[in-house]
Amino acid sequence: MVDPLAISLTHVGPSALVGEAGGLNAQLSAGENVYDSARRELPLRHEFLEALRYRDLVLQLVARDVRTRYKRSVLGVGWTMLSPLLMMVVLSVVFSHLFRGDTPHYPVYVLSALLLWNFFAQSTTSAMTNLVWGGPLLTRIYVPKAVFAISAIGTGLVNLAFALVPLAAIMIATGVPLSPSLLWLPVPVVLTAGFALGVGLLISTLAVSFRDIIEVYQLILTALYFLTPVMYPVSVIPVQDRWWMQLNPGYYFIEAFREPIWAGRGPAPETIAAATVISLVTLAVGWIVFSGRADNMAARI
Amino acid sequence: MREAVPYAQETSFIGAPYLPGETERARDIVLRLERVSLRYRLPNERLSSFKEYAIRRLQGRVRWVDVSALRDIELTVRRGDVLGIIGRNGSGKSSLLRLVAGVLRPTSGRVWLKGWPVSPLLEIGAGFHTDLTGRENVYLNATLLGHPKKVIDKRFNEIVRFAELAEVIDAPLRTYSTGMMMRLGFAVATAWDPTILLVDEVLAVGDEAFQVKCGARINSFRERGVTVLLVSHDLSLVRTLCSRAIWLDAGSIRAAGSPDEVADLYHTAVTAGAVADSLDAGTR
Repeated sequence: MVDPLAISLTHVGPSALVGEAGGLNAQLSAGENVYDSARRELPLRHEFLEALRYRDLVLQLVARDVRTRYKRSVLGVGWTMLSPLLMMVVLSVVFSHLFRGDTPHYPVYVLSALLLWNFFAQSTTSAMTNLVWGGPLLTRIYVPKAVFAISAIGTGLVNLAFALVPLAAIMIATGVPLSPSLLWLPVPVVLTAGFALGVGLLISTLAVSFRDIIEVYQLILTALYFLTPVMYPVSVIPVQDRWWMQLNPGYYFIEAFREPIWAGRGPAPETIAAATVISLVTLAVGWIVFSGRADNMAARI
Repeated sequence: MREAVPYAQETSFIGAPYLPGETERARDIVLRLERVSLRYRLPNERLSSFKEYAIRRLQGRVRWVDVSALRDIELTVRRGDVLGIIGRNGSGKSSLLRLVAGVLRPTSGRVWLKGWPVSPLLEIGAGFHTDLTGRENVYLNATLLGHPKKVIDKRFNEIVRFAELAEVIDAPLRTYSTGMMMRLGFAVATAWDPTILLVDEVLAVGDEAFQVKCGARINSFRERGVTVLLVSHDLSLVRTLCSRAIWLDAGSIRAAGSPDEVADLYHTAVTAGAVADSLDAGTR
């Protein structure tokens, strides 16, 4: 693997050291990377290369989160699958009569959206809490801070994959065909992951300075949950009021994920286009803001 | 560059920055701090809640103060040095270690070092997860220290053997005793000979036997050419373990030289200060 710090061995700043140790560069033994605070790279590039170098840590953090989650609960893996199912049953009992005309297969309609929503809500929240809880450690050892957000998204993806199993079971049980359009699913999942990472990085940056962002964010999530067509069909909103739905980024991701599952067709091109733009822009903004401040986060945690 | 070393006004520089009797040959430098200053920009009141911040901001009442943690630190550490860092609380010792660990960047000046990433000796249990097994924790901890999985695979058996935990390595960490956890953490942290090892003594909890073991380990590091930075309040520890010492006072190097000289100066000043303080308190 290409180690960015090892490469820099060849251009260690000569100016300051020549006087004292002329043979310094010659004495560098293999495997001794040099750190020079004066050599400043573009933060967003640097953070990316560092996160890449620490990719094994990302995997270990994901493994830790997945393992601890399943070791703790008696139900094990079943819990990830069971909790959205329970929610689906409740929502189905309450709403399926209300929305019967507009939404056939209401349980699948609500469960598919719920899984993606949970993925977003959980992974963005734990991106933030991971970083804050990692705080004491981060004041002692250098770790590229983006790994905490990245691993939170990774854990979310693993949980989402587990949760797809009961979704498939419900589809079969309620007679929703498993159509080839399901092959579309990786696209909205990747786009949502990018969006979640961008949001996770942004709120992590804030949470380092202000702990109550964690609670504020839960409030925002709850509000967004009701503003996003997770449990109701878009058609219940009067046509003249639908513009605000279009302003909600969550709408596009939910639609892009739910269409292949529930309607058995690929998402509309404009939905994919909107989701792609939102995902990339959010990720870029999140990464730039976060990496620009990553250096001195340890002073604030 | 030699003449640029500014052990200026408030600094009384005593002795050469080498061990006594050593010639001033160009031993290889592993750490170099050049006119390093570190300032934190903090709000004048602790604004930890966003709500509070937003309100104050709207009222225009957020004021910032610059806290100077380190000022114009000039330091050169060579391979095999064991540098003791002494000073009162808040004198900048931990900030110095954070700069060397790369956790913080200097506000001005330059930190240059070999052997990145620098490994700190963490307090027991830091970076461990009690629900995971010993094996899983070894991997988690070592990746946190920046080692790739492949490298850990190769050293894994050695780590377990050193920690003497072969039988219980697949048991959850919560079943371990404090001593076992300590051994595991120590084994991971020292499995790879670091170029520079950071030891913050404040963190080194543990019984006397463990302290002795730590001391022995640090000595063996020194023999193998590992450079150690030791932050300590324990002057006798600095005298016995270190080859050099610096005394940090209010973010500047007040004295640098042999451990005995620096420790004596520091001791005198602290005792004098304590006497002055108590006299001061008595007159009030």
